Amino acid sequence: MNAPASSHRPFVARRLDWLRENLFSTPLNALITLVTLALLLWLGSRFVSWALLHAVWGRADVATCNALFGQGACWAVVADKWRHMLFGIYPQDEQWRSALAVVIFCGIMVFSAMRAFWHVWRLLALWLSGSLLCAWLLAGGLGLTPVPTALWGGLPITLMLAVFGTLFAFPLGILLALGRRSALPIIRAASIIYIELVRGVPLITVLFMASIMFALFLPEGVSFDKLLRAQVAIILFNAAYIAEIVRAGLQALPRGQYEAADALGLGYWQTQLLVILPQALKITIPAQVNSFIDNFKDTSLVIIVSIFDFLYAVRQAVISDLDWRHYFVEGYLFAMAVYWLFCYAMSHYSQWLEKHLSRDHRL
Amino acid sequence: MFNKKPLCRSLAALSLGVAAGSTFAGPTLDAIKQRGTLVCGVHTGLTGFSAPDKSGKYAGIDVDYCKALAAAILGSPDKVKYVPLTAQQRFTALQSGEIDLLSRNTTWNSKRDTTMGSVFPGVWFYDGQAFVINSKKNPKVKKLADLNKASICVETGTTTERNMADYARANKLTFKPVVFEGQEATEKAFQSGRCDAYTTDSSGIAAMLVNLPNKGDYTVLPEIISKEPLAPMLRRNDQEFFAIARWMIYALQQAEESGVTQANVLRMKAESKDPAVQRLTGATAEVGKGLGLDAEWAVRALQAVGNYGESYERNIKPLGLVRGMNALWNKGGLMYPMPLD
Amino acid sequence: MCSSERFRNIVYQLALLSLIGALMGYAAYNLVHNLESRAIAIGFSYLGQEAGFDISEMLIVYEPKHSYARAFIVGLLNTLFVSLVAIVAASLLGLIVGIGRLSPNWLLRKLAGAYVETVRNVPLILQLLLWYGVLTELLPPVAEAIVLGPAYLSQRGISLPWPTAHAGWWAALLGLLLAALLAFLWARAAKRRRDLAGRAPAVLWPSLAAGVLLPLAGWAVFGAPSEFSTPTMAGFDFEGGKTVSPEFIALFLGLSIYTAAFIAEIVRGGILSVSRGQSDAAEALGLSRGQRLRLVILPQALRVMIPPLTSQYLNLTKNSSLAVAIGYPDLVSVSNTTLNQTGQAIEAITLMMAVYLAVSLAISGLMNWYNHRVRLVER
Repeated sequence: MNAPASSHRPFVARRLDWLRENLFSTPLNALITLVTLALLLWLGSRFVSWALLHAVWGRADVATCNALFGQGACWAVVADKWRHMLFGIYPQDEQWRSALAVVIFCGIMVFSAMRAFWHVWRLLALWLSGSLLCAWLLAGGLGLTPVPTALWGGLPITLMLAVFGTLFAFPLGILLALGRRSALPIIRAASIIYIELVRGVPLITVLFMASIMFALFLPEGVSFDKLLRAQVAIILFNAAYIAEIVRAGLQALPRGQYEAADALGLGYWQTQLLVILPQALKITIPAQVNSFIDNFKDTSLVIIVSIFDFLYAVRQAVISDLDWRHYFVEGYLFAMAVYWLFCYAMSHYSQWLEKHLSRDHRL
Repeated sequence: MFNKKPLCRSLAALSLGVAAGSTFAGPTLDAIKQRGTLVCGVHTGLTGFSAPDKSGKYAGIDVDYCKALAAAILGSPDKVKYVPLTAQQRFTALQSGEIDLLSRNTTWNSKRDTTMGSVFPGVWFYDGQAFVINSKKNPKVKKLADLNKASICVETGTTTERNMADYARANKLTFKPVVFEGQEATEKAFQSGRCDAYTTDSSGIAAMLVNLPNKGDYTVLPEIISKEPLAPMLRRNDQEFFAIARWMIYALQQAEESGVTQANVLRMKAESKDPAVQRLTGATAEVGKGLGLDAEWAVRALQAVGNYGESYERNIKPLGLVRGMNALWNKGGLMYPMPLD
Repeated sequence: MCSSERFRNIVYQLALLSLIGALMGYAAYNLVHNLESRAIAIGFSYLGQEAGFDISEMLIVYEPKHSYARAFIVGLLNTLFVSLVAIVAASLLGLIVGIGRLSPNWLLRKLAGAYVETVRNVPLILQLLLWYGVLTELLPPVAEAIVLGPAYLSQRGISLPWPTAHAGWWAALLGLLLAALLAFLWARAAKRRRDLAGRAPAVLWPSLAAGVLLPLAGWAVFGAPSEFSTPTMAGFDFEGGKTVSPEFIALFLGLSIYTAAFIAEIVRGGILSVSRGQSDAAEALGLSRGQRLRLVILPQALRVMIPPLTSQYLNLTKNSSLAVAIGYPDLVSVSNTTLNQTGQAIEAITLMMAVYLAVSLAISGLMNWYNHRVRLVER
């Protein structure tokens, strides 16, 4: 479509060409451009003036913000409350542990994104050791002051729910996917029923079930921690979605792979573990990353069963303090920014990966 | 030695998905003693009843009751694990054994007493459902009937929704309920002006108002439309624990009646010639033994939280609520401790 | 060897079956034991009892004296209603944004891209809370409502004039439905004509004409009512007219804006999946960009789009359960109240899950049927 760029033409002329090409190619196009531009300028200028120019930055008291209410954003609420927003009511002296746990969780994700780590054992070692370290940091014991789970909160909880929710859902998801493609009718039926049942209901109802009704199915006296129940619910929920992704990967493999494995005399599990799964999982990596993003966003629903995740902590920090209560928009925008940062980074990684992997395939 | 327990628990739980937390056999009291902690279900955050302070420690009159029990049974008021619960989670949390006792401003009524496998040892706080309005926005509203056709914010999971509908039907009024999950969200919606009025127990309204900078703008309407005897709640399978829970209420109230306080309890035990005080403090009678505890049980509880009046002063008075029905029987209230003997 | 493998397979399956059976049996045993030892009553008989609570928004008549079952249906209808409206809006918005992402206009393309990247990377529940907060905190109180012609906008929502019930309005509605049916049949006939004769009668103008004239005729025949109930300030709130609550608006906006971002990506993917040659050929035939899109590309893209669209529609319906966070009386909210009043946690939650499952299955069944139909047209 683009006209061949003639490098010897003057810069200004080239710019004008670009403008004509991209913004004013037809009268309709020009109209669209102008309307969009006007809208953008109007909204953008209002937002910039509110969020940047007239905003209250840094630590400031409520009176300063109240004086500017409606004209400028009050970022002082974040400056004043950031500890509560990030770590909830975790004991203040011990909050370095929460912070460290966040760093480790992020580390797990960053390292998993590196191809050097794409080996089953390395990944497993990374995720397991990282998770255990975080669990120790948050829970305490072994030299650290124990902190009951009722006090855990904030960003570490969100990350924990997402990371553990994937780590443990993964093996279950693979089993379910294999089960769904199995030739054995009962195993297939059981897998299908589980997958479709879970995918047919909203996560909230599963969380309700875990937090309200699950305990009645256990023998008298056995009880799980509330946080743990939510975690288990998220794991079981994710497993069904992961299973469908893995199934897509399995279906994409040509039959020849199975036949070749058969010809080598490999049994079912050998075929799956050595030949099929490594390939199928590799194809599905971008989809897995996307499902991790969904899972990460979905953890925010635990707010409904009053588990102290990041969103809950932000909401509580702002709403429960009556001085700052009016500045909930700033609080929510802060939460949005944090969630967005995580999800945007991951989704771009997944897009990059998709291109990268498909290039590999062609080689 | 290091304390390995929490870590091991969470590890076992997280890696294997097996039961974390506590396992016990037999009735509640044995389990509490064996475990060494009392697991107490409380409100997620209701000023005066149970709310976490800045350092994450729970405080309030409902929390004091848990502390008193832990002091009596386990010897220390700190041996309590608090499980914050929403209105819907509370009953199954108790039924399933996740908590030993529910101390979360729960109304005592026949349904909860008969069909939910639970019992109430006694009333800890007399309350009633009231309405609050913003008198600046609605200066003409003086009584409940003036709220006909108004929108009313109400929290889901409480008896309030139904009380309100009952009252409206009985008095031929129409209320438009706007129902929220959680008390924070409900209060916020009311303050923003989404509703004309907010209804909950009058203590809850007081707890909201005390924190408001512009509390002068709000008026609590005179009508109290329901009886809300708030009581601790236990499972029905443990008579021993039930007796302790019941007599703890009476002991703390008796202490107020006899003038025994957190500060003077030890001196009173040594010096007092009042037989009621002697029985309470374990100097003469063996109330504690009858409960399966030692003689000092009430002394420890009083040292931990003080008598009922002190707990009230500390937690409820700052909300601006008068004693009213919650005063002792000889001061014009309804609190009538059964005699300790 | 083969028989030993068969034997092993049977053993495996029996083992799984007995494991599942044992787990379920164990859970059931515990449940029965727990319920018995704590004297908890169980059963669905509570559904027939008087509910006793009020619901703020409903599509069918409901009063506190009605049963829990009816309250449940009110909640279900609210869920279905908001899902349906949001699905339509999200599809339209998603289509526009998706096409916008491929627009030759650079600015529009970037804007659509920014929309998608922002909206889909923030949890829905946060967006809902934000919308609701903005609607209830930043809009003026009802007494100082913003006047938008005959409508009013305030923190209590939007109050619109609404026709008073009259046979004429129903006739008009009927006329509109009839027009839609006729337009559909006419379009099919026109298509057949085009396939046979190569030329087709116009579809758009006759359909639009029918859409205007038929309702008008129905309205006129049944007495041409002109009575509108207009919202007027009375006491606490607007009376008369139709008031759309901020809870509904926030849920509707949140659901459709969030899902539209995903649908836009599906639309974009669908359009890109149609090979370039199709577009070039259409251009060579002299079709304009709009015609190319409408007549050549979108019909083909639709086939690729339907399976992922189905799952977005399902997600939207399931996500409507987040209504509980902002106080819209949907299925979850009503079930919650029921659960609290009756203490029947197991029944209430099971019923709620079963209904969501049924709705999900119905939607995916419908979309599969449509998918099948679209495929059949393929030659």
